[in-house]
Amino acid sequence: MPDAAGLEVIADELRAADPSSVLGTTFDRGRAEIQIDPSKNIEVIELLRTRGFNFLASLHGVDYYPAEPRLGVVYELLDMKEVDRVSLKARVTIDAPKITSVTSIWPGADFPERECYDMFGVVFEGHPDLRRILMPEDFEGFPQRRDFPIGGEPILFTFNETERYGKDR
Amino acid sequence: MEIKREAIPQDMDFRSRQLMSRDMLRGTLEDEDLERFAEQAVMTTTLDRAVAWAQGNSIYPMTFGLACCAIEMMSIVAARVDIARFGFEAFRASPRQADLLILSGRVSTKMAPVIRRIYDQMLEPKFAISMGACCSSTGVFNNYALVPSDKFMPIDVHVPGCPPRPEALAHGILKLRDKIQHNEREGWRERYDAVGTEEVVLPITAHGDGPQAAVGQSGPLIGRSTGASAGA
Repeated sequence: MPDAAGLEVIADELRAADPSSVLGTTFDRGRAEIQIDPSKNIEVIELLRTRGFNFLASLHGVDYYPAEPRLGVVYELLDMKEVDRVSLKARVTIDAPKITSVTSIWPGADFPERECYDMFGVVFEGHPDLRRILMPEDFEGFPQRRDFPIGGEPILFTFNETERYGKDR
Repeated sequence: MEIKREAIPQDMDFRSRQLMSRDMLRGTLEDEDLERFAEQAVMTTTLDRAVAWAQGNSIYPMTFGLACCAIEMMSIVAARVDIARFGFEAFRASPRQADLLILSGRVSTKMAPVIRRIYDQMLEPKFAISMGACCSSTGVFNNYALVPSDKFMPIDVHVPGCPPRPEALAHGILKLRDKIQHNEREGWRERYDAVGTEEVVLPITAHGDGPQAAVGQSGPLIGRSTGASAGA
């Protein structure tokens, strides 16, 4: 992990390349995190990759309901030589949940991006095959969004059999 | 020695069957009565019972695991709860050779059609055990993703637990054996009102159509069936 000062060094390098790309930094409980502009994610990631963070440990989605912009895409980058980790957070709006795919940089981002699309409905532009990966193909809606009903079925047990169907059944 | 003859009642209770078999052993049972005795006592009842005994003692489960319950399912063939003692140890890798499908874990809506197809590929007589809370009632995962197993296929035995201990699953399998051997009326066809839906192989006809599978058109020719034995 970079410490708080190391995080600022990284953020300053990103700001030097493009001042509008970094929206803020957070250092909380030993975890370094950079909030980035979703439209500049490729540039930021490319710069960090050449700097040593060349391993995408994880890519996942977040729903910040009811805050806006609601949806988040989190990239967990790992520098294997220095054993440093940094999280990149990009927030996109619920009306236009679009962000550029990083499959051009890491082909392994294919399935995580599909899962993020499946669960949160974030559209990754430039993804070679953006389909649902876990839910059935004909499933409607994005189940991990906070406003998605949890669903489930009423289960018939012996203790509620009579109240549901009456005693004559 | 005088031989006492008794009229054989129409509805055969246990006592009259006993008397009949006594007469048969003596050699005094004749003609129609002997025919009837052979038909009822020997042919259908005893053969059915023997087949049921054999089926109940050689249940081949399907090699099929869904989730964490499958770990418990694996240990029923291990040393401590060794179901090989009862003749169930041969896990078959193909549904065509398996008699029993143990649904061991949660069933997602995407997996349900796959499981249904596997169950359909199994040959009659076939049985299914729903193992664990998730499979029977979706358990703690009662949400958009799961479906209880009763909704898409018939289940013979539900084994509760999260996950059930191997002993519990072995108990469930022994319950299934009891059901097969003694209490067929508790089977799912009666519960779901589906008697007569057994898959049968029709004989080769003179027109050369060849054998073909049909469901519930004639009495089953192979295996044991509830519909045929009741009418025989």
